[in-house]
Amino acid sequence: MKKIEAIIKPFKLDDVKDALNEAGIHGMTVTEVKGFGRQKGHTELYRGAEYVVEFLPKIKIEAIVSDEDVEKVIETILKTARTGNIGDGKIFVYDIKDVIRIRTGERGKEAI
Amino acid sequence: MEKMKRMVSVLLLMFMLLPVSVVLSEEPKAPAPAGQEAVAPAAAPAPAPAAPAWDAKFAADTVWVLVTAFLVFFMNLGFAMVESGLCRSKNAVNILSKNVIVFCVTVVFFWLVGFAIMFGNGSPYFGATGWMLAGADNSPATGDAYKGIFASLNWTGVPLYAKFIFQLVFAGTAATIVSGAVAERIKYFSFFVFSAAMAVIIYPIAGHWIWGGGWLATLKTPFLDFAGSTVVHSIGGWAALTGAILLGPRIGKYTADGKVNAIPGHNMGMATLGMFVLWFGWFGFNPGSTMAADPDAISRIAINTCIAGAVGGVAATFVAYMSLGKPDLSMALNGILAGLVAITASCNWVTPGASFIIGLVGGVLVVYAVLFFDKIKVDDPVGALSVHLVNGVWGTLCVGLFAADIGGVKGLFYGGGTAQLISQIIGIVSVGVFVVVVSLISWLVIKAIMGLRVEKDEERQGLDIGEHGMEAYPDFVGASSKRT
Repeated sequence: MKKIEAIIKPFKLDDVKDALNEAGIHGMTVTEVKGFGRQKGHTELYRGAEYVVEFLPKIKIEAIVSDEDVEKVIETILKTARTGNIGDGKIFVYDIKDVIRIRTGERGKEAI
Repeated sequence: MEKMKRMVSVLLLMFMLLPVSVVLSEEPKAPAPAGQEAVAPAAAPAPAPAAPAWDAKFAADTVWVLVTAFLVFFMNLGFAMVESGLCRSKNAVNILSKNVIVFCVTVVFFWLVGFAIMFGNGSPYFGATGWMLAGADNSPATGDAYKGIFASLNWTGVPLYAKFIFQLVFAGTAATIVSGAVAERIKYFSFFVFSAAMAVIIYPIAGHWIWGGGWLATLKTPFLDFAGSTVVHSIGGWAALTGAILLGPRIGKYTADGKVNAIPGHNMGMATLGMFVLWFGWFGFNPGSTMAADPDAISRIAINTCIAGAVGGVAATFVAYMSLGKPDLSMALNGILAGLVAITASCNWVTPGASFIIGLVGGVLVVYAVLFFDKIKVDDPVGALSVHLVNGVWGTLCVGLFAADIGGVKGLFYGGGTAQLISQIIGIVSVGVFVVVVSLISWLVIKAIMGLRVEKDEERQGLDIGEHGMEAYPDFVGASSKRT
């Protein structure tokens, strides 16, 4: 089992979620986050003084998937979250030791 | 500290309750003579055969004065929204609280003493009759028929209470101007006490000179300020200036090498709402200052007010766009208010064409004034000085420049020579000196007794928690994503 963690542009969330649902991924956790990569921040103007917004708003999607689904999920996110501009985000893949469904106590793949 | 706090609040409360004992011990008085009888001049040739039950003009005037007073009252909301919107969310409760309490404090103290000092009969420098509105008064009699203690208001034929509430809401406006310039760093109760000083001394004395029959009103060419560019806006502005200077800038506003750090406001929607409420209120502020439902005058004043505000907004937007790079919304809001402040003194005596120019200059002035105050490191989070002080002065000068022989007032550009302009300058300077000196003394006394500025840690954390123990937005809910 793997955890796919994707940082994407906020306005892409609905597209990515729908595409993942169609690809058979039925659970995810979404967090509003802020950060910067190579995109860095940008400057804004207020009453004649410039200020730098260093951390840009992003969305973090976390989904736990079985090993055979990993490539499919990565492909789906790449396809739907990409704009081709700087700041599109990143995808991280982690190994997952175990998954437990709290309601039933199921473990492993059954619990995904 | 806790004990000190409690003592201060008990003292404040006792001071506020003082008049109650006086009121309760007063002899019940006969009600003031009502409407019709008092209006009838002594020299009426013959009794009218069938006098109407009420005089239509008297009723219309009274309703007009009251409705416009309510509009001006509504401007308190405008100030609250503009100021809280242009400050950070961690100080929102504090700013809203100041805007709430400043009007309440003004009502109490302006009723107790302020109105008597401003409009009571007395010396050219201050009035001294009519404490708590008590004393002889035969309003709505006007002119020589008026035999009472508020002779300076004998030109308007409405009941005394209507005169009072109209002047009261103006006093509240002057006091609330201060709150924006000292925002995000002043102690709540220090501001509370200063509001009382505004309503007791600063506003009524300077106001007496101009509207209370004082020395500026009786110059050879009387100083003129129709609706209060000086009386309300400059007085508020000068008091705000001394407060902002004494307090010093907010932490982080200016860097050691002199750079200006932007501290963006937290809600431009609120600021915009507040601007429109103020603009709406101005249709009471200026046209209501006729204190009579005079069809020509109130229509002329309404359109002059509207044009100056609108042109101020356009001018500030373009000046911001050209000199700062972006059409900054906060500057557009300030520009509209600047135009409105600028037209206030002359709104009854100028043409719509002159209003256009007055508003245009106001909108340009306000943007450069904001940059100027930042340059000299006077931190004014909402632009109150640029709007009310700078344009209060500009608007007062405009009477001497643009008055178009309406109501016998002639400015420099309309063949009136420099007489009016010189009177205007005398008024601007004398009021400025008086308000700066007295407000400085008031601030310093408050500073010595209770302190002016909150502790550094409290300022960093926000005054909402430090001063009030609550947050404006405790339930943070993030924005949802939008499908594109």
